[in-house]
Amino acid sequence: MKPRRLLILAALAAAGSLFSGCTHPGLARVRPWERGAFTDYRLRPDRDPLHAALMEHAYFSREAASGGRSVGGTGCGCN
Amino acid sequence: MWSPSPRIAANAPARPAARGNGRRLLPAILVALASLPSLSAAVKVGDAFPPLAAAKLVPLAGAELPALAGKVVLVDFWASWCAPCKAAFPALAKLHADFSARGLVVVAVGVDEKPAPAAAFAQKLAPPFSTLHDREQKLVARVEVPAMPTTYLIGRDGRVRFVHEGFHGDRTAAELRRNIETLLTEKPSP
Repeated sequence: MKPRRLLILAALAAAGSLFSGCTHPGLARVRPWERGAFTDYRLRPDRDPLHAALMEHAYFSREAASGGRSVGGTGCGCN
Repeated sequence: MWSPSPRIAANAPARPAARGNGRRLLPAILVALASLPSLSAAVKVGDAFPPLAAAKLVPLAGAELPALAGKVVLVDFWASWCAPCKAAFPALAKLHADFSARGLVVVAVGVDEKPAPAAAFAQKLAPPFSTLHDREQKLVARVEVPAMPTTYLIGRDGRVRFVHEGFHGDRTAAELRRNIETLLTEKPSP
């Protein structure tokens, strides 16, 4: 590959990473010793029982054709 | 017979020069890209380990930070939320029991953000070696551990000799044992 083409590709890659959002100042890189933050209560998907129940109902209603939560569904999607 | 116009002929030597610039730039760019990882300040094999005594570590369990000069030191970074860290503690206790008389010092450094879980973890496991808390996370940030847990083996000269990322059960325990044997059999430099 010609050096000039390589330079252009490198510049395009740099511009791509710059504008893709990977270098957004609002993003923080979680370092290995900071991963305890992932155990925070606010990050639990089931922290709201009502929301969890609604999501569960939507899931087993809409996914009944593929068995829903069990493999015994009839596939009618009527429950 | 075809011959280049005077304008083309005059411009002809300019192209190789431009290519030459590109060729000179290319190695510089490649070297710069290759050296990007080395710009990281992470403590690696061969580096002097930051002094533990100056790190404002809070004792949690076991003895306080003992004298480390001239000793082989095992520094293990752990966290209460890290299951492999918990699994490593019995192996570290075994290493402490087997090698402390020969000059090994085991220091476990907790990196929890909150002090209560770290204290509860240390109290529950009750390790026989020095267990401290890096409450401000300054030491761990300075060392830039690559994974949790990470175990550093430091020679008698204070330089990092081995780094173990993660804890993989008996395999890691055997590697640590072998590395410790190597370091303990080395004669201290005068």
